[in-house]
Amino acid sequence: MAIVSSLDGSTGELTIKVKGRFDFSAHQEFRDAYEKVDSAPALYLVDMGETTYLDSSALGMLLLLRDHAGGDSARIKISSCNSDVKKILTISNFEQLFEID
Amino acid sequence: MEDDGGSLKILIADDNETDRMILHAIVKKQGHAVVTASDGVEAVERFIEEQPELILLDALMPNMDGFEAARRIKELAGEDLVPIIFLTSLKDAESLAKCLEAGGDDFLSKPYNRIILQAKINAFSRMRNMHLTMQKQRDQIALHNEHLLHEQETAKAVFDNVAHSGCLDSPNIKYLLSPLAVFNGDVLLAARKPSGGMHVLLGDYTGHGLPAAIGAMPMAEIFYALTSKGFTIEEIIKEINAKLKAILPTGVFCCACMVDMEFREREMKVWIGGLPTCFLYRSGTGERVEIASNHLPLGVLSGDQFKVKMQVFEVSEGDRVYMWSDGIHEARNDQDVMFGEERLIDVFDRCTSPESLFDDINVAVEEYLGEAERDDDITLVEVRIPNEREIEELPEETIDISDKGPMDWHLDYRLNPLSLKYFNPLPFVLQLITEVPGLRRCSGQVYTILAELYSNALEHGVLGLDSELKKNPQGFSEYYDLRAKRLEGLDLGFVNFKLNHIPTETGGALTVLISDSGEGFDFQSKLDDGSDKQYCGRGIPLISTLCRSVTYKGCGNEVEAVFEWHYTQTGS
Repeated sequence: MAIVSSLDGSTGELTIKVKGRFDFSAHQEFRDAYEKVDSAPALYLVDMGETTYLDSSALGMLLLLRDHAGGDSARIKISSCNSDVKKILTISNFEQLFEID
Repeated sequence: MEDDGGSLKILIADDNETDRMILHAIVKKQGHAVVTASDGVEAVERFIEEQPELILLDALMPNMDGFEAARRIKELAGEDLVPIIFLTSLKDAESLAKCLEAGGDDFLSKPYNRIILQAKINAFSRMRNMHLTMQKQRDQIALHNEHLLHEQETAKAVFDNVAHSGCLDSPNIKYLLSPLAVFNGDVLLAARKPSGGMHVLLGDYTGHGLPAAIGAMPMAEIFYALTSKGFTIEEIIKEINAKLKAILPTGVFCCACMVDMEFREREMKVWIGGLPTCFLYRSGTGERVEIASNHLPLGVLSGDQFKVKMQVFEVSEGDRVYMWSDGIHEARNDQDVMFGEERLIDVFDRCTSPESLFDDINVAVEEYLGEAERDDDITLVEVRIPNEREIEELPEETIDISDKGPMDWHLDYRLNPLSLKYFNPLPFVLQLITEVPGLRRCSGQVYTILAELYSNALEHGVLGLDSELKKNPQGFSEYYDLRAKRLEGLDLGFVNFKLNHIPTETGGALTVLISDSGEGFDFQSKLDDGSDKQYCGRGIPLISTLCRSVTYKGCGNEVEAVFEWHYTQTGS
C-alpha cells in the first residue's frame, strides 16, 4: 500500500500518509483515503514524510481533496515534505491553498 | 474432459497405413474432420490445400521426414498457431527434444493412448482459440491505435490553425516544441500587440493526451483575440484563467508563463504560475535574472481570487528571456537522474556568446541524455529584445487598408451610478474604436488615453478624491480604501464619453471628450503657474506625449484629447 489513512476519532483529524512516488498511479487509492470515511473529518493532514516525488497529477489530486473538503473553507495541512517535494509545491504556489510545513 | 474445442480439421501424416487408419478412426470418433498424408512432402501439400487446424505428424517418414515437414509447415503458418503433435516410437530424450526444436508443440508416444490423445487435442484446441482471440484483439488494438493517431493528426491540424496564426516564426524567437506537443499538454503562443510589442505564452497542462489538449484551444483563441484587440496582459491572463476554471475539471490545470514585451519602452512584464523559474539573460553584462513562479497555475482559482500581479523588468536590446516546461529539468539520463536546474544554470554560467545560448541548452540536454530514452516532451523558448532596425522589420499584423470599417462616426455614451459601480466601460469602448481599420494597431495608446482620462473623471471628478493623498505609501492605500467606500455609496453622478472619429488623408483623427459630474478644478491657474507639476497626479504628461492636443474645458470637469494615427506608422 502506497497510501495509508487513519481517522483520529477524538480530534476528527484524518491523516493520509503517502509513501514513495505520488503520481497518477496513486489516484484511486488517494481518493479512497478521503472518500471512504464515515464521518466528515474536521481537519485533513497529508503526511509527505515518506513521499519521494510529486508530479503535476498529484497536485491535481490535492486540489480534488481540497474541493472535497469544502474548497475555500477546507482545512488541509501538508506536512513533512522533503526539499524536492516542497520545491514542486512552492513553484505551483500551493501554499496559497494549503498549510504547508 | 469434455470436447471443449469444437470440431477441428486435423491432418494425420504417417507412412504406416495401419497406424494411420487407427488414428483416423480415433480422431474421427472424437468428432473431428480428418485429412491424411503418407509422407512429409504430402503432409506439406495437404497443409497448403486443406489448411488443417492441428497436425499429428509422424517423425520418421520417407521422402521428407516429420522434422523437415514441421519446419516448413510452421513457416507457412506464419503467425497463426497450427499445433503440431509428433507421433513417435522414439524414446530417447534427444530425439524427443528434436521434435520440439523442429517446431513441434508436443509429442505422443506410440502406441497411442486414446485418452491422452484426446486430452492433448483438446488442450491444443484451447490454446489455439486463445491465440486466435489474442490475434483478433491485437488487430483491434492496432486498428484503434491507427484511428487514434489519425484523430490526433486531425485535431492537431485544427489546433495548429488556431494556435499558429501567431508570430512564433519571428526572427527574435527561437523555440523547441515536439510536433505532437499539444498532446503532451504543452502550448506555445506568440502574437504581436497592436502597439508593436509582443505577447508570448507557454503553457503546460496537467496530464497527457486529449484532456491536456482540450484546454489549449480556448486558451489560444482568447490569447490571439484579446491580444489583437489591444487588451493588456493582465486582462488576457485573467480571462484565460476564468475560462479554464470554468471548463476544466478540478485537478486539471495549466502551469503557465506569459510575457508582455514593450520593445520601444524596453519593458517586460511577466506572469508566471507553476512553471519552473524562467531566466532573463542580460546580454550586456551576462547577468542571469531568475523569474520565479509567484502564482498558482491557471484554472485553479476563481475569478475573484485570481491574482494578476506582474513581475516587471527593464530590458535592453539583445536581452533574452527563457521559458521552459519541466521537460528539461526532468529529462533523465540512463542512470535515471534528472537534468535539473543546476545543470541549466551551469550552461548559462559557461556561456560566452548569447547568440548560441539556445543551442547550448539543447546540446547540453542532448549530451546529458546520451543513449537514454527520449520521452520527447521538452519545450523551450527564447525571446530576444530586438534592435530598432529589427522592430521595423518584424512581421506586422496584416492590415488591409481597403478594409471598409467605420471611418466617420460619433458616439455619446453616459455611465450613471449603477454602471459606474459595477462596470468597466474601457474594453467595450476600445473595441468600438479598434473597429476603425488601421486604428487597431494603436489600441495600446488609445487604451492608455482612455484609461487615464476615465479614472481621472471617476476618481477626482465623480468621487471627489484628492490625488495629493497618493503621495505617500500610507496615503496610497487610504486613497484606494476611500475610493472603494465612495464608489459603494454612490447614488449620484455620471461620466460621459463623447467620441468622434474622422478620416484624414493619411489615417484618421479620434477626439475623446470626457466629462463628469464633479466640481472640476481650476485648470487655468495651474496652467498659469507655468509648471505642469500639478498635473502629475492626473497622468496628463503621459497622455500629452501620445496626443496631438489635450485640453481642459468648462470648469475643469471636461477634457478633450485628440489622437491622430497614420497608415504607414507602427506606433506613436
